[in-house]
Amino acid sequence: MKLNLSRRSEVRTLIMNGGECEPYLTCDDRLMRERAAKIVEGIRIIRHATGAAEVMVGIEDNKPEAIESMMAAAQGTEVRVVAVPAMYPMGSEKQLIQVLTGQEVPAGGRAADIGVLVHNVGTAYAVRDAIRFGRPLVSRIVTVSGGAVGAPGNLEVPIGTLASDLVRACGGLRGTPARLVLGGPMMGMQVSGLDVPIVKGSSGVLALTHAEVEQTQPGPCIRCSSCVRACPMGLLPLEMAARIRIGDPVGSVDWGLKDCIACGSCSYVCPAHIPLVHWFNHAKGELAARERLKLKNEATKRLADERNGRMERIAREREEAARQRAAKKAAAEAAKKAAAEAAKQAEEVA
Amino acid sequence: MTPLAHSPHAHAQVSVGQVMATVMLALTPATLFGFWLYGWPAINVWLVSLGVALLAESVTLRIMGRPIKAALMDGSALLTAWLLALSLPPWAPWWLAAVGSLFAIVIAKQIFGGLGQNLFNPAMAARVMLLISFPLEMTSWIGAVPITSLAAPGFVDGLAITFAGTAPADGISSATLLGQVKTDLGRGIGLDQILAGLYHPDAMAWGQRAGSLGETSALLLLAGGGVLIWRRIITWHIPVAMLAGVVVPAFLASLIDPAHAPGPLYHLLSGGVILGAFFIATDPVSSPNAASGQLVFGLGCGLLTWIIRTWGGYPEGVAFAVMLMNAATPVIDRYLKPRIYGRDRKGVALTPAKESGK
Repeated sequence: MKLNLSRRSEVRTLIMNGGECEPYLTCDDRLMRERAAKIVEGIRIIRHATGAAEVMVGIEDNKPEAIESMMAAAQGTEVRVVAVPAMYPMGSEKQLIQVLTGQEVPAGGRAADIGVLVHNVGTAYAVRDAIRFGRPLVSRIVTVSGGAVGAPGNLEVPIGTLASDLVRACGGLRGTPARLVLGGPMMGMQVSGLDVPIVKGSSGVLALTHAEVEQTQPGPCIRCSSCVRACPMGLLPLEMAARIRIGDPVGSVDWGLKDCIACGSCSYVCPAHIPLVHWFNHAKGELAARERLKLKNEATKRLADERNGRMERIAREREEAARQRAAKKAAAEAAKKAAAEAAKQAEEVA
Repeated sequence: MTPLAHSPHAHAQVSVGQVMATVMLALTPATLFGFWLYGWPAINVWLVSLGVALLAESVTLRIMGRPIKAALMDGSALLTAWLLALSLPPWAPWWLAAVGSLFAIVIAKQIFGGLGQNLFNPAMAARVMLLISFPLEMTSWIGAVPITSLAAPGFVDGLAITFAGTAPADGISSATLLGQVKTDLGRGIGLDQILAGLYHPDAMAWGQRAGSLGETSALLLLAGGGVLIWRRIITWHIPVAMLAGVVVPAFLASLIDPAHAPGPLYHLLSGGVILGAFFIATDPVSSPNAASGQLVFGLGCGLLTWIIRTWGGYPEGVAFAVMLMNAATPVIDRYLKPRIYGRDRKGVALTPAKESGK
């Protein structure tokens, strides 16, 4: 999808995302350390396909080995490896673009609007396999981690493998985990069991302990603005939450709800442990539901209006037809009468 | 298995209680210094404030049917009372501290909806109420009588001063520098003459002066403020802006009219400017959210303090200034928001820059 679009929108800069999406996850790190040459090959294929003039690989500066091996592999090519600060959410497209190019993606727009295309290093690796060997995406590297995992590590597994098999391969569970998560700790999804398959977007399987989850009862907001300072999008999470709390999701849009990328930073730092992102996603869902309801109502109204129109037309036509029939009948009768009259006159004349 | 929870699935090791505890820890050096400087009566005032605040908090929560233990454990009532105590005259009678704490907790905080809902800083609201209602008691200052000195009252005498209203011995009661300067300026005495025997900047920086229980030691309060910034409980914006709001007009005025307008150092070291800048104005609940708003808020607090001190009826203006700016906070928050990524300051989406020649 992204590759098709790029031809049309004239991509000038190709950015390869070597910033790990989230803490805990290390699958991209390992990939870059061990298979740098293959990644660079994939990057050059993508560059060729998009016609981008400039190629940058942004890697967080807490991964010196990955930076080193990628630099070595990129030697003598047009690919430039850049170290970026390791500050969550650096793996987010918008933040990475801002750091590397100094430009911002317009609100509601795509990266391509400012001539930038972002791909993950994992994608480059898969593209190389697909183009060079015709090997489709049938496997991926997954991080298995968390305090409740026996021997955390990265595994390359066929897509469709059960998460429970991954955990078993990593030394199994130590005790009962407080939470099982697919994806990363900041944006991943909690699952109730591990009998779920790995899909192409699964970056991690986490089994977190109570200490890691640090879940407590939420308290009242003290307006400390920690969330404001943490928000990478420049939003006011506390104001948005205050409006959602009183049942006014529309009001929270005025404070930037639609710009929220749900990165989880605000919830993470909140000293009152308010589940801010939970509220934002609830409000987004609520707004979407209202939008759907509005569309449905409009559609219903349109159909009803059309039906009313149709019924009216039919009634009108019926009336018309009846009138015409009556007129015809009257005319026929008049003609008959006239004929009779004429005959009578003729008789009289005769 | 816990019920399904939304991401994030990790949390920083922070809590409201921790925040409050850190602030109280940062206040401790200045408070201990106040205890040493003013002796047992000061300790009594502090204890009464805190005790009454806890009592008031639990009673109001009980009436409202809210959980009591969690609210008491978060330390917010203690901190409010602590700040109030620091802003009272050190030898104040017990009922002054008690009424102040009751007002701060019941009227300024819980009636507005409890923690996080109060429009005004509870400690300052209580201080202003006391100052207006009991001007005599609120301006009965004493000079420094370190607890180790002979003139200091012992434990029993201290109890008598706080609870029985025994008047301090003559020679101990004293005026604050701000009060003295204000009165004498009113009498038409020149500034250099007034300050000649009274004003010792180095002693004032340490806190050896008449004043509120915990407002006097600029250096210890500054150290506490530094801890708060280092621990990221507060940011530099409000304190720096508030100090600038005092220093800049004071400096300009002292250039224009040195005979009547004291310089910036005098303003910084007297009254409650340092305590106000680092501990009072930075109260998160009643100050703005965005950095730009905080700068405006701080500047307003400082400027109003200086204006009230210079032209107002009261010698000190920190409490009034903070309350006035508290009232302006919702307006500031409405107009000064952080810029949203991908949008301009007005919230309109950026238009991609069209690159020419490509």
